[in-house]
Amino acid sequence: MRNTDFTLMRVFCIGGFVLAGLTGCDGSDASSPAVEVDAGPVALRRLTAEQFTRSIHDTLGEHITVPSRIDPDDRRDGLFAVGSSFASVTPSGFEKYEAAASAVAEQALDAAHRDDVVPCQPQSLTSSDEECARAFVEQAGRRLFRRSLTTEEADARVAIAAEAANTLNDFYAGLELALISVLTSPEFLFRVEVAEPDPTDPSRMRLTSVSMASRLSYLLWNTTPDDDLMAAAENGDLVTENGLAEQVERLLSSPKLETGIRSIFSDLYDFKQFDEGLVRKDNALFPVYTQTLAEEAKEQTLRTIVAHLTEDKDYRELFTTPESFLTRRLGVAYRVPVQTANGWEPYVFAEDARRDGLLSHISFNALYSHPGRSSATLRGKFVREVLLCQDIPTPPANIDFSIVEDTMGELRTARERLEAHVTNDACAGCHTLTDPIGLALESFDAIGMLRDEENGVPIDTSGDLDGAAYEDAAGLGRALRDHPALGPCLVRSLYRYAAGREVQSGEQALLEFLNERFAESEYRVRELMREVVLSDGFRTTSGPRDAEEAGDES
Amino acid sequence: MKRFDRRTLLRGTLAGGAVSMGLPFLDCFVNDNGTALAQGAPLPVRFGAWMWGCGMNPDRWNPTTEGLGYELPIELQALDRELPTGAKLREHVSILSDFDVKLDGRPNFPHTAGLMGTLTGSLPLQDYTVPAPTLDTIIAAQIGGQTRFRSLEMSCTGNPNQSYSFERQGVFNAPEISPMALYTRVFGPEFADPNAGPFTPDPRLMLRQSVLSAVKADRDRLHQRVGTHDQQRLDQYFTSVRQLEQQIDILLAGPPDLESCSKAPTPGAESLGTEVGQSMSTNRLMADLISFALACDQTRVFSMMFSDRISGLRQPGSSSLHHQLTHDEAIDSALGYQPEATEFVFVSMEAWADFVERLAAIPEGDGTLLDNCLVFGHSDISFAKIHGITGIPMMIAGSAGGALKPGVHVKGNTSPTTRVGLTIQRAMGLNTESFGTRSMEATQPVSEIVA
Repeated sequence: MRNTDFTLMRVFCIGGFVLAGLTGCDGSDASSPAVEVDAGPVALRRLTAEQFTRSIHDTLGEHITVPSRIDPDDRRDGLFAVGSSFASVTPSGFEKYEAAASAVAEQALDAAHRDDVVPCQPQSLTSSDEECARAFVEQAGRRLFRRSLTTEEADARVAIAAEAANTLNDFYAGLELALISVLTSPEFLFRVEVAEPDPTDPSRMRLTSVSMASRLSYLLWNTTPDDDLMAAAENGDLVTENGLAEQVERLLSSPKLETGIRSIFSDLYDFKQFDEGLVRKDNALFPVYTQTLAEEAKEQTLRTIVAHLTEDKDYRELFTTPESFLTRRLGVAYRVPVQTANGWEPYVFAEDARRDGLLSHISFNALYSHPGRSSATLRGKFVREVLLCQDIPTPPANIDFSIVEDTMGELRTARERLEAHVTNDACAGCHTLTDPIGLALESFDAIGMLRDEENGVPIDTSGDLDGAAYEDAAGLGRALRDHPALGPCLVRSLYRYAAGREVQSGEQALLEFLNERFAESEYRVRELMREVVLSDGFRTTSGPRDAEEAGDES
Repeated sequence: MKRFDRRTLLRGTLAGGAVSMGLPFLDCFVNDNGTALAQGAPLPVRFGAWMWGCGMNPDRWNPTTEGLGYELPIELQALDRELPTGAKLREHVSILSDFDVKLDGRPNFPHTAGLMGTLTGSLPLQDYTVPAPTLDTIIAAQIGGQTRFRSLEMSCTGNPNQSYSFERQGVFNAPEISPMALYTRVFGPEFADPNAGPFTPDPRLMLRQSVLSAVKADRDRLHQRVGTHDQQRLDQYFTSVRQLEQQIDILLAGPPDLESCSKAPTPGAESLGTEVGQSMSTNRLMADLISFALACDQTRVFSMMFSDRISGLRQPGSSSLHHQLTHDEAIDSALGYQPEATEFVFVSMEAWADFVERLAAIPEGDGTLLDNCLVFGHSDISFAKIHGITGIPMMIAGSAGGALKPGVHVKGNTSPTTRVGLTIQRAMGLNTESFGTRSMEATQPVSEIVA
């Protein structure tokens, strides 16, 4: 489980060779220190709801309405991608998976669409045709299991198709049941990652070529591998340097990378809450705010991120850029004119608009607020934990918040109220970390609309971020851009997202290395993704994860 | 065993080509009257958990007198309702005060320690973790296999990602948040309506069983290829597949044969969210549906989260949530409590009364459905302002089919809340010797409420 200097160099330089313009493969690497990687364990990864839907759409047709109410994703250590390595399937969850599979199978094989997915015509519409059923099962099954079916697996489905076709006197109804058995199988619901000894160094366990295909595809496109990737996988290409590099370049240069980037940031920022209608606001206090506005606010931020990163701009500039996208509905909330009557338009906020960088977006400010008021603490906690990867401890059990609540008393602004915390030792430790950040964002109310006063008192947005002083939210954005932890935090988050688990001690050196490479690339996320997938952290493992001890409770 | 026989017979018939059959064929499996299940089994006893967040004011919620006919304190006035039977609701509800969650030096993770201590008998070592299975899943593991649904989970918070029904860490039973979705799940096309004429099993049900057999074979093969962490997860997956097989077996067996069973009416308009009016309305609609589901023996275990332990209940137009108020609002020196936060205690107790009252509205046997239920009402905390975990408020509604004496106030004298959990398990027919760990280990049930 070591990565030799030689292997590492070769991998990176092949990547550089294939993509013209990649910096860092000019020979200076020869002096890089060896990166020792002791990669962590692999585990089954339950498809997230999004992956479930995309895998079905890509295999069986975009026309399918995939039921959204399946077993909820498990968010762990701030990522669904990590929770997926722990999630199981509960009885009610399986019941929903089966119902969803049934609804999907019916749509996939309806009269209008069956010819798109069934590669043959049955001899009879009213009885079984094992040959044609097998052709369908093997073709759809390969995309859904992300590998070719074994004979046993295919035989079982062909038998189901025959039994059902003959019972129901309907060939395609038989295929529906066969398809349901694929869609409810653990081989579909869980991504199975398999390791094997590396023939060139049997002490090192590498992911098999077929496992690499799923890893790459779900990381970069967040869906099941396409035919080209499956072919490369089954040909053994993805355990060779050239074969891997070739596929990685193809995946990274495809428009589908936008989906991958969108999914990563949506997970990291917990934007699924918008889709589930969980970012609620009080109607009386915020009449402008509707579920549609909330979803568009989320979309605005994701569009901004995707456009910025796929244009290979500096990741850090996301926190200062005035460039974004708006709809007319969002324009109302931002109080700016939007020309396009329906749909989206690129929009650059004016210099005096006070809308520089992601932290000025409605999405963040609404998400990290309460239903009736803004929260400097939640916003500050988000910046510390998610953008800078710094831990904020949980509050002590015995707390008196009276002073923070009394909005009509002597303390009129959030700053005045929160400063009262900081005089209390039990609170100060955390609040001195979160509050100065959040107070800079107090110019945005609980739905992210601009304001200058709270309860008739002007809002003071000045503060400092670990020594960098600022006057307002835009200044905070600049301080964040220049914060030394910003880039490394994205590296860590992306790595955790890719591996589906926390970083192991044996991977620290790799992370340091990735930090350097990310900085050298001027914080281009596409480059970072390439470095991650070509690294031994992504390609090797210590083996299957062991069960956790039951603790001292039993 | 009974189910297995029935399924085998049906399967044989199907293989022979006949796919429809009438009730007479199944007569040997049911008895002649509607008061008992097949083979003379008594009416089922059901368990439910009903949870509200952020506790109460101990001085105003705990009754001052003990035993039967306790004096009703101000914050429990909702129990003073009169039922159609003429009895008061309070006569069906026991109050358990002065039972504690004991930390043994572990951290009092706000709102988590008290909840987990009471429901699992153990204290978490880390925040947001579940140290052991919750009471409802312990009971469902014993009795859930006899019904179509092993258990049903509900929530009035509008959040589909949160319930307090855990098999273990990471394995939680997601709640139904929409009354209409719950209705469709239980009383949708699959429901065999006893009042809908002759029963014809859907041939697809048998075919679904074949699908599940194939899926189990996949699971068995995969189980051999993965590590111990994943084996545990696949064991859970297997249990879940088995549960669906059970569900299909029961659907094949035809309509429930219970006198009180009828199909629930379609629920009224719903509005999901945590404004008080929304949560109260969802609670009533869900209570209605679960009462029909219980009367038709579709499940024997349920849980309801009326409000999150960090209660997000709020009044329209207010900038503060219930949980925030419990911490932020000053104690009114004249009143001696937090007036705004306390409004939510009243709301929660009204909702609890609404829920229990609904179960008492369905006649069953010589009494009502509530008599054959044991509904455990509890919060995560006592006095929320300080995250108090002594004197966790707990209530038990119903008589558990005669196993419990209702309408009693018992003071626990600081004994662990797990004594109540132990009492509940035994009343539900489990042979539980002890419940909980360390100082939370309970071996003595609350004898004052045992019949």
